Amino acid sequence: MWLKFEQRPEPSRLMRYLSPLLAVGLMVASGMLLFHLLGKSPAEGFKVFFLNPVQDKYGVAELFLKATPLILCAVGLAVGFRGNIWNIGAEGQLLIGALAGGGLALHFHDTNSMLLLPAMIVAGALGGMFWAAIPAWLRTRFNANEILTSLMLVYIAELIVSWLVHGPWMDPDGFNFPQTRLFQAKATMPILVQGTRVNAGLFIALGALIAGWIFMNRSFMGYQMKVAGQAENAGRYAGFSARRTVWIGMLVGGAMAGIAGVAEISGPVGQITEHISPGYGFAAMIVAFVGRLDPVGIFFSGLLMALLYLGGEQAQQYLALPYSISKVFQGLLLFFLLCSDVFITHRIRWKK
Amino acid sequence: MQPSLLSAILFATIVAGTPLIIAAVGELVTEKSGVLNLGTEGIMSMGAVAAFAVTVHTGSPVLGILAGMTAGMAMGLVFAVAALTFMANQVASGLALSIFGVGLSAFIGKPYESQALPSVATWNVPGLHKLPLVGHAFFEHQGLVYFSWALLAAVAWFLYRSRLGLVLRAVGEAPVAAHSVGYNVVRIRYMAVLFGGAMAGVAGAFLSVFHTPLWVEGMVAGRGWIALALVVFATWRPARVMVGAYLFGGCMITQMFVQGSGMHLNIPSQFLSALPYAATIIVLVIISHNKATIRLNSPASLGQPFSPEA
Repeated sequence: MWLKFEQRPEPSRLMRYLSPLLAVGLMVASGMLLFHLLGKSPAEGFKVFFLNPVQDKYGVAELFLKATPLILCAVGLAVGFRGNIWNIGAEGQLLIGALAGGGLALHFHDTNSMLLLPAMIVAGALGGMFWAAIPAWLRTRFNANEILTSLMLVYIAELIVSWLVHGPWMDPDGFNFPQTRLFQAKATMPILVQGTRVNAGLFIALGALIAGWIFMNRSFMGYQMKVAGQAENAGRYAGFSARRTVWIGMLVGGAMAGIAGVAEISGPVGQITEHISPGYGFAAMIVAFVGRLDPVGIFFSGLLMALLYLGGEQAQQYLALPYSISKVFQGLLLFFLLCSDVFITHRIRWKK
Repeated sequence: MQPSLLSAILFATIVAGTPLIIAAVGELVTEKSGVLNLGTEGIMSMGAVAAFAVTVHTGSPVLGILAGMTAGMAMGLVFAVAALTFMANQVASGLALSIFGVGLSAFIGKPYESQALPSVATWNVPGLHKLPLVGHAFFEHQGLVYFSWALLAAVAWFLYRSRLGLVLRAVGEAPVAAHSVGYNVVRIRYMAVLFGGAMAGVAGAFLSVFHTPLWVEGMVAGRGWIALALVVFATWRPARVMVGAYLFGGCMITQMFVQGSGMHLNIPSQFLSALPYAATIIVLVIISHNKATIRLNSPASLGQPFSPEA
């Protein structure tokens, strides 16, 4: 007996929304199996990984703190992914955004102006856009594949960060640690809830979700992007510019990733180090897909992904497992989602 | 330049290019069948950690290579199930495989991070390795270097001189036509993906067991992605993979030689480390700017799912 997929007459709307839930279920189930294989109790593993992180006010605040950069990056990437623009270099755009905003904070270390933080956010967006403009230009001008170029720029961005914190931007009083000096109060995000670390960056992420929703569902440009992604030829016949699709897809993604970078350095990190982001730019791609490239979905999948990060920290602390277990869960989630998506267009038939 | 220095540079370039050749040739066969597997980075990471672990426990680099190959095929199978059976988007599936592989290898490899392996002995080609200048550079290598040359020749022969190779290319160029004359497109693509996975696994094994030899999280350092770019650079032709691989290999060793040569260049080491990545971008631009080159040489069905139903 062998299973066979049979095309549905029409894509199933129900499966479109059930498939992410199915993927989450499969991820949790295989996570339990993994814990069992590692000789840990699956029930204990589930509790430590998925429940422990959010059992008090501080934990929930941490969840929103971690979700902030993920949601920001994912909204920007979703705009591009809808138009079939494969920007996989959000991690690099986040880092360059952080450098642009952080450079401003270091330069105006003694200022007392309330404008410093807003200026850093603008600089971060511009920095991220600049880094995303490179693959956009190479794609539109030279036809170079944006997947590979945007990814190569991640490695280059990491090396630029490394050079700056080891060299020109190193804290002179920092005992030679590869990091800049701590930012002053005017360059840090206001804390929202006393006793936690969740900060005003969350509002920027929520604002980005709303702006993203309006752009995707209520603007002509958003419509053009969608047409270009789903039916390239239809877009061309309608006279929608393919170049503009590339530029907008890349630049929006870059801007959002850059803002996410500033949110990190002016929030939980408080300075520039080599460890600004534990792969948020890559995890955000999964957030975007699991959220169905839709801002409402991205909000929930961003929280889920944040939980996977926190769960990894807990598993490291209480189960003595490497932190990278988070990435294993992230990869599994995306795989299960991609496989579950076949049920949107197909149904299973058993064949003898 | 002194002859000994030139010889040393050639030698190191060949060593650095070897994992790129092995991984890129595997990916080339996969892409020739019409499947774009962006998971090479993840597969190489898994191959590297599997090979390292097995070599630590058994003391046998050969078993290590086999373990890397097996891990690579297992990863290829995961990709094939998603992209071929479940007809998932190939770009997204490949990205998932890379994220998953890099994460899982870091997870598995944690206990091995502090361990080191003895370096594997070289195999000197009798007679030839005594030649002046080229002897050391070409004929005093570890076994996998010779393997990479044999692999290139074998794949070139397979693709262009064998019947099965013709079928594989037909599947990549015109899957519907190949299906209609009775070839099982999905099965052939499965085999191509498994071969690509196996080779990426061996390339990973070369890095962790032969090249360094140790395991560090993230040690593949983008070589999987560079191998993907190399296939484009080679315009899907095996012989050109070799040229590209040694070009990138040369970029990778620049840092080592600039620092080792005692030249006091005022260049931060990070700039030299960025060379291979910058070179990849530049090369992609040069090759891709002529759209016809890409359109004529890339397999026509690359990246598109195939359903025997439709």
